[in-house]
Amino acid sequence: MNTEVKIAGVTFKNPVMTASGTFGSGMEYSDFVDLNRLGAVVTKGVANVPWEGNPTPRVAEVYGGMLNAIGLQNPGIDVFMERDLAFLQKYDTNVIVNVCGKTVSDYLEVVERLSDAPIAMLEINVSCPNVKEGAIAFGQKADSLYDITSQVKKKAKQPVIMKLSPNVTDITEMAKAAEAAGADALSMINTITGMKIDIHRKKFVLANKTGGMSGPAVKPVAVRMVYQTAQAVKIPIIGMGGIGNGEDAVEFLLAGASAVAVGAMNFVNPYTTVEVVEGIEAYMRQHGIENVTELIGAVE
Amino acid sequence: MTRKKKVTATVLSQKQIGEQIFDLWLETKLAKNAHPGQFVAVYPHGESMLLPRPISICETDQDKNRLRLVYRVAGKGTAEFSTCKAGDKLNILGVLGNGFPVDKAKGKRVFLMGGGIGIPPMLELAKAMDEKKQILLGYRNKDLFLEEDLEKYGDVYVATEDGSVGTKGTVMDIIKAYSLQADMIMACGPMPMLRAIKEYAAKQGMEAYISLEERMACGVGACLGCVCKTTEEDAHSHVHNARICTEGPVFEAGEVAI
Repeated sequence: MNTEVKIAGVTFKNPVMTASGTFGSGMEYSDFVDLNRLGAVVTKGVANVPWEGNPTPRVAEVYGGMLNAIGLQNPGIDVFMERDLAFLQKYDTNVIVNVCGKTVSDYLEVVERLSDAPIAMLEINVSCPNVKEGAIAFGQKADSLYDITSQVKKKAKQPVIMKLSPNVTDITEMAKAAEAAGADALSMINTITGMKIDIHRKKFVLANKTGGMSGPAVKPVAVRMVYQTAQAVKIPIIGMGGIGNGEDAVEFLLAGASAVAVGAMNFVNPYTTVEVVEGIEAYMRQHGIENVTELIGAVE
Repeated sequence: MTRKKKVTATVLSQKQIGEQIFDLWLETKLAKNAHPGQFVAVYPHGESMLLPRPISICETDQDKNRLRLVYRVAGKGTAEFSTCKAGDKLNILGVLGNGFPVDKAKGKRVFLMGGGIGIPPMLELAKAMDEKKQILLGYRNKDLFLEEDLEKYGDVYVATEDGSVGTKGTVMDIIKAYSLQADMIMACGPMPMLRAIKEYAAKQGMEAYISLEERMACGVGACLGCVCKTTEEDAHSHVHNARICTEGPVFEAGEVAI
């Protein structure tokens, strides 16, 4: 049985990754999970300088999911490289660094700093809904997405994944713009903008009023978007949105994803990532599938 | 630090001990590694409720692998826990957080101050400290809980908001009413109480360790949901936001901007 997948020339031992922002830089979950078992660790978004993030409350539970409005709190690229990348080096897994910024030059600065870093890929966050500047502002218009993608591609030494927002009219238009600008892969979906109101206090539950929704409740939306996008572009897709077990992951693969990422469900069960790896293997055994790549886009 | 784990615990007993206050004993190996002021995160069974609920450790019986949680029903998740009976199973994640710095209290006179649902962690703390303790408890009304347990470990003073038992007012009013003195404070309770303690400790030049709470998702330091403002740059993100679940929940009062 072969669980290897290739994305933009990079080989992954299996198609299971972590979704940015839900796994820290791996350290926080290394008590629970052997990081060597994962196809990749995708790190929390990192900017050129430290970001404070949003006021609290930053998280809220909703039916079958959660809202977050962390606001990309991060220590900046210096600390990230010294501490977090150094930590991840100890493991036999691909490291994908999620990059965020307020301006295009912020992104480019981080991408350049990572030029010689021992990482497999870059994931460009143009879809975080919780910050006032940057991020999603680049991911909701096809021309600005095209522009930032091509600028990042010029500077990047590693293959580039563009992480897409579901908060658009037609995600395939964004996917096509990223592909045309040279993106090597797409990851989708980032969170869906939501809101929760405490009716007894007549107040917003999140200090930021809105937050990004994730968890099992968003999975059908994500599967649909992955399927539509896989029909529209040729570059590989990393699918995510509420994946909590091997069966969820297989659903994304069948819809057309070449790999999957586990996000909010890490918070529900800290062992989820490895259980997804084992769940995919169990499905392959059960269905007599030799290569996991046979599943990609195999929905009939 | 011992490894954090998600485990299935068995309910040994549960009873209601106050208005919306429940007293739950669990059997779990996590009890062995628990330190006063640490917490566990308890998972609801309902699939619509995903996130574990952080609940402070009230007491342990480490020889028997027993963990006591005293919590207030505050929503659907805790309402579900309150229906658990002996023999039921609960998934818990733990043990989490730093806990109170018991060693720093050596040779000092200590105020243990608990307000409302901040009272439970004071019990394990009182048990763990050999020093002379003055235990100051604040309740809303005469619906007291845990004060008899705490009387075994120190001098207990009670305040109620409505004045129905003990000193009328808050734990701060107890200090005035009895002219109490100490060298150090360890406290858990609502934010106005913790702010008053921070101010009092600063004026008196006392060390004060306060336990904070915030909405949490992961409980293990990954999601950055439960941060609090710190006066100095924090060690994790190098901004001024410490993670309550990991660097906390207990902070020296001067370290946090509350």
